[in-house]
Amino acid sequence: MSSAETIDGIPQRLGAQNLSAGSVALTLRVNDAVHAVQFDIRSTLLDVLRERLGLTGAKKGCNHGQCGACTVHVDGRSTLSCLMLAVQAVGKHVTTIEGLAAPNATLHPVQQAFLDQDALQCGYCTPGQIMSADACIREGQATSAEQIREYMSGNICRCGAYPGIVAAIEQAVGKM
Amino acid sequence: MQPFRYLKPTSIADALAAMPTSGSRARQVLAGGTTLIDLMKLNVMQPDVLIDIDGLAELTGIDISGDREMSFGALARMSDVANDAVILSRYPVLSEALLKAASSQLRNVATLGGNIMQRSRCAYFRGDAYPCNKKNPGSGCAAIEGLNRGHAVLGGSEACISAFPGDLAIALVALDAQVDVQSLRTHRTMLMADLHRLPGGRPDIETELAPDELITRIRIPHSELGKASAYHKVRDRESFAFALASAAVALKLDGPRVLDARIVLGGVATKPWRSRAAEENLIDQFLTEDSARKVGQIAMQGAQARRHNVFKIELGAETVAEALMIAGKRA
Repeated sequence: MSSAETIDGIPQRLGAQNLSAGSVALTLRVNDAVHAVQFDIRSTLLDVLRERLGLTGAKKGCNHGQCGACTVHVDGRSTLSCLMLAVQAVGKHVTTIEGLAAPNATLHPVQQAFLDQDALQCGYCTPGQIMSADACIREGQATSAEQIREYMSGNICRCGAYPGIVAAIEQAVGKM
Repeated sequence: MQPFRYLKPTSIADALAAMPTSGSRARQVLAGGTTLIDLMKLNVMQPDVLIDIDGLAELTGIDISGDREMSFGALARMSDVANDAVILSRYPVLSEALLKAASSQLRNVATLGGNIMQRSRCAYFRGDAYPCNKKNPGSGCAAIEGLNRGHAVLGGSEACISAFPGDLAIALVALDAQVDVQSLRTHRTMLMADLHRLPGGRPDIETELAPDELITRIRIPHSELGKASAYHKVRDRESFAFALASAAVALKLDGPRVLDARIVLGGVATKPWRSRAAEENLIDQFLTEDSARKVGQIAMQGAQARRHNVFKIELGAETVAEALMIAGKRA
């Protein structure tokens, strides 16, 4: 991580800026690395993560904030990357599923719990589920199965792996 | 999504200077963006300019320590307000409205100011193949003779029957909240109850805000009606869905006797729908299942159903009755 004000001459924070329509060059802080990246000002954070930075863990399920497959963390809080412009994430810390495991590749407790509890079938929604599950536990909202189900209601699983997902979160609670 | 210019003002003065002077919607304020970005993807909203107010210090902050009122910056996040311990215990109607309004990911980003300005979920408004007076004034309303199961039975007009989609605003009306707005010309305060308009002949004009006015704060006076309050929301599924019918109720009780009441409906009306007739009928009465049910029916007086939403008249009445019983147990 760099503390420099600019990366390759591109500022890391937006000052009083007026950005014209079209392509912009900005820096995004993703998984503790700073990336200078060029994108159309209309791009969502999800599109820049997937198409510019090659981070394809977050999925474009519905693209309208209804399914949760695109969930990432922005400044530690679970966020729908399909409903946030990339420019809105400038100056913030973005964490994706690719950044959740420890640097030595040890799985995050929630990732391990999803494996242990067989909390997925096709796996498409799983990165979003895990990012929400991590937030659910950190925010102290995983005290009962009922509370977990309510908190996780923004993440849809069309395979219906919900019982395993709840069990995985219950397993991970004690390990975080 | 259509191209736009992006402005990031660093002071409220700069933000106000960038505000539109006409009602064309060509300039839009961007806060959390969870409604606006969605509608821009659908090309329902096509602003030329986005004014990103996120991060403006004057618009943030939650102050619940005041003797007379609680004050919330327009940019306060829904989740931060919903999970505040004082609000959870003293104003459950507010926490419940926020928690039931959206998924956790949306609540983390969406702001109070943005939420009360959220736009219609009518499929004809969000789609691009049908007439909609809210989107294209004068084009007609496809919902009146169309699929209108989710639409309003109170406050509609021949031009629009779109149901007001929000939850927070319903609770804020029940708590007598005020909204501070600011422009380069003026500061003023209005009652939350006066913010939204009936559609009438101009459903495209949704609020009493002038185009250049920005919501800066939302203030809630401390009240004895807070503790015995509830937000009851009936949906097609248990969680994360818009209301078919909802009710924000707040009571002041002396034993079983109701001394004062607020009853506001959501999901069934074109704007947050306070029923003073229902409130007056309940005051000085004992709160029982029978009186609650009667009051619920009064709250739905004047309802006009369309082909697919007749059920909302009974559902709305039952929702009010259940909300009153829930709130009554919290006294």
